[in-house]
Amino acid sequence: MNVNFFFITFALCFIFSQPILAVEPDEILVNQNLENRAREISKNIRCVVCQNEPIDSSNSGVARDLRILIRERLLNGDTNDQVYNFLVERYGEFVLFKPRFKPSTYLLWFMPFLLFMFGLLITVKVLKKSSKTSAPEGVLFTREEILEIERNINNRDGGN
Amino acid sequence: MKRVLFIFPLIAALGIGLFSVWGLTGDRNPSDIPSALLGKPIPNFKIETIMTEGISELSNNYLANLEKITVVNFFASWCLPCKAEHSSLKKLKSSYDIHLAGISYKDKRNDTSNWLSELGNPYHVVGLDISGRTGIEWGISGVPETFLINKKGEIIYKFAGPLLGENLVHFENLLMLELNKEK
Repeated sequence: MNVNFFFITFALCFIFSQPILAVEPDEILVNQNLENRAREISKNIRCVVCQNEPIDSSNSGVARDLRILIRERLLNGDTNDQVYNFLVERYGEFVLFKPRFKPSTYLLWFMPFLLFMFGLLITVKVLKKSSKTSAPEGVLFTREEILEIERNINNRDGGN
Repeated sequence: MKRVLFIFPLIAALGIGLFSVWGLTGDRNPSDIPSALLGKPIPNFKIETIMTEGISELSNNYLANLEKITVVNFFASWCLPCKAEHSSLKKLKSSYDIHLAGISYKDKRNDTSNWLSELGNPYHVVGLDISGRTGIEWGISGVPETFLINKKGEIIYKFAGPLLGENLVHFENLLMLELNKEK
């Protein structure tokens, strides 16, 4: 009873909790559409201080400055791509969580498909080979062999 | 054909192994971010100056028109590593024929001037980046960061962190290389 109570209380703690957001109230734009775009962009921008975190959830000073800057640019009519380009020009493609599709990243983007095709090829080859070597079901003996076996059985019966 | 396939796992394991050796040893630091500005002109910026006689504005035009090898150092009075590299900057200024510009990053005017009066001002010109926007234009992630700019006004090197020990030696070597190019 006590244990159940503990677990239920423990679980309830998580049900009613909200994720802690780094975006502070004074940063949020009134225009919901622009705010959504700003959130989308800042989720794909790496924080240069705490490098495995997007600026959307980072509490560092630079991340906050960049979030505000992104919103300013959106208010001034920038497209999402223009905002990304602005940041890449200054911080390099390192800040993009999703690498751009270009010759130097082709290998990265196509590798899963290449590996899948390679695996498929090997699987098909192995399956084909194994089906060739195993004997077809129900034809374990030739007609002559079956006749010989029957003859032997009959002979033994006759012997009794 | 079959034999070749048997060797394949070995080759794959060897490949992964060698990649790991390359990745885990040596001086490679995966959190070092290469500057996106290398080989590019000084980014556009214009900020007011402090403790600088005769110059009221520090800008990319001002630095580009110097036609002198320039070192731009981002610092702040709230930054302890900046205090540690302070003597290195003094040494750079006195030892080499360079223009040393300081940009005070996200700091208060009074704090910056107090800090510089107390420790001594190693800079030819000091700019105030109170909002931090100039820092973003230069692509900095924190302070201190130091840029080396050639005579043509192109950024040729950036170092993030205090210029001390072997990092200072490396910076001085690059600086001397650039100074010798002119002769």
